[in-house]
Amino acid sequence: MSGEQRADWTGGEPAILYQRCTACDHVQYFRKAFCDACGAPEPALKQASGKGIVHSTSLVTRAATPETRAHVPYNIVLVDMSEGFRMMAHGDRDLAIGCSVTAGFARFTDRLVPYFSKAE
Amino acid sequence: MSFITGVGLTRYGKHDGKSTLDLMSEAASLAIADAGLTRGEIDGILCGYSTTLPHIMLATVFAEHFGIRPAYCHAVQVGGATGMAMMMLAHHVADAGAARHVLVVGGENRLTGQSRDASIQALAQVGHPDYEVPLGPTIPAYYGLVASRYMHEFGVTEQDLAEFAVLMRAHAVTHPGAQFHDPITVADVMASKPVASPLKLLDCCPVSDGGAAVVISREPAGGAAIRIAGCAQAHTHQHVTMIPAFDEMGAAMSLTRARAASGMDIGLVRYAGIYDSFTFTLAMLLEELGLAGRGEAAAMVRGGHFSRGGAVPLNTHGGLLSYGHCGVGGAMAHVVETHLQMTGRAGDRQVRHDIPVALLHGDGGVLSSHVSMFLERVR
Repeated sequence: MSGEQRADWTGGEPAILYQRCTACDHVQYFRKAFCDACGAPEPALKQASGKGIVHSTSLVTRAATPETRAHVPYNIVLVDMSEGFRMMAHGDRDLAIGCSVTAGFARFTDRLVPYFSKAE
Repeated sequence: MSFITGVGLTRYGKHDGKSTLDLMSEAASLAIADAGLTRGEIDGILCGYSTTLPHIMLATVFAEHFGIRPAYCHAVQVGGATGMAMMMLAHHVADAGAARHVLVVGGENRLTGQSRDASIQALAQVGHPDYEVPLGPTIPAYYGLVASRYMHEFGVTEQDLAEFAVLMRAHAVTHPGAQFHDPITVADVMASKPVASPLKLLDCCPVSDGGAAVVISREPAGGAAIRIAGCAQAHTHQHVTMIPAFDEMGAAMSLTRARAASGMDIGLVRYAGIYDSFTFTLAMLLEELGLAGRGEAAAMVRGGHFSRGGAVPLNTHGGLLSYGHCGVGGAMAHVVETHLQMTGRAGDRQVRHDIPVALLHGDGGVLSSHVSMFLERVR
């Protein structure tokens, strides 16, 4: 991929990055070499504030691998970020749909994953 | 024009020692015999995929194994919607004259051919490899996320969802081929082990071995004639992170297109075969397709609307939830049962009214890919 190579949590760094198209302002979370709304190349890479609203939650109690089973139960959340994209992450058990949340990071298996808690 | 001329279905559950090709062959033989054809008359083959027999040319592997040299043959992959997508393609292939008799076949030893963990893990890979899979979600978690949002927006409860498990089990009880035969109650569903909230074990379809096949022909066979009146698809996303809002989902979109293709309307439907990987899937699809109002499907189940004696009987074989789910063949069992019901051959499961029009609907991914199809009895 051309453009910036900065790593986010998917590359082991404690950051949530997203892209904003320089042509049409479309915001996207899955990193690509182009804007998936208008096709313009090299959308700008931005760091998210970590603030968002819980869209949905699912507490996983049956995992499929020995590595993930060691963590059950774990709460998977979809969060609508204030910058205008949605992301999947982990979060506290007490998160409900509509909660204002902020992101931290936690260990899950051998990875660093985004982890949301209620905003102060 | 195209017609469903033959159907074949194995029992679902454990088939110790049987392979994907064994189960596909068994179902194919049943369907070809049901159509009154010989193997040599099949000139088109469509099959899906098998997680226990991954292959880049499964359709020709099957054709050679089964002893057919078709004029048209390839595989199709759309996850859980594969069966219905193959039905739609077979309709167009037959209608275009590219083949006279298309065999659509699915089968897999998904239960005994690998560990349950391996099945669950293989299926979880429909998630995004960088942004979702590292978080350890399972298929029930992907659907659980959509379910909790749906329940939040439309006031649906876990007890409401449980009604669908109870209904599917009640239907499976009288089908000798179903994986589960013990009746269950809403309390049983509520007390079953949590998997990924709000979904519990009895909200989830099982992993099964089994096979299903259908023959789609250009001309009707003797006896009752079931025509594919029209069908359509919609694909809105792959990953649950990218799922659209509930008023922009694919099920309603594919139904609208299928209505246009068939000239049929939802009000004509007197039988429904709807994808039911989870209780939530069934509840939501019924409401998306207009077979129930928003948030009203569970109440209609309680009122008997979708029971064998109701206005629109639903998955009278027990669906994926209780007949079983062997992958590609899973939702094809809905097609087989719909054909048996429309042709009056469902035995003690036969619904009481005539079925001039039926609706089939399949979903793949995380409500990502949809196929809707209207069937019409023309003789």
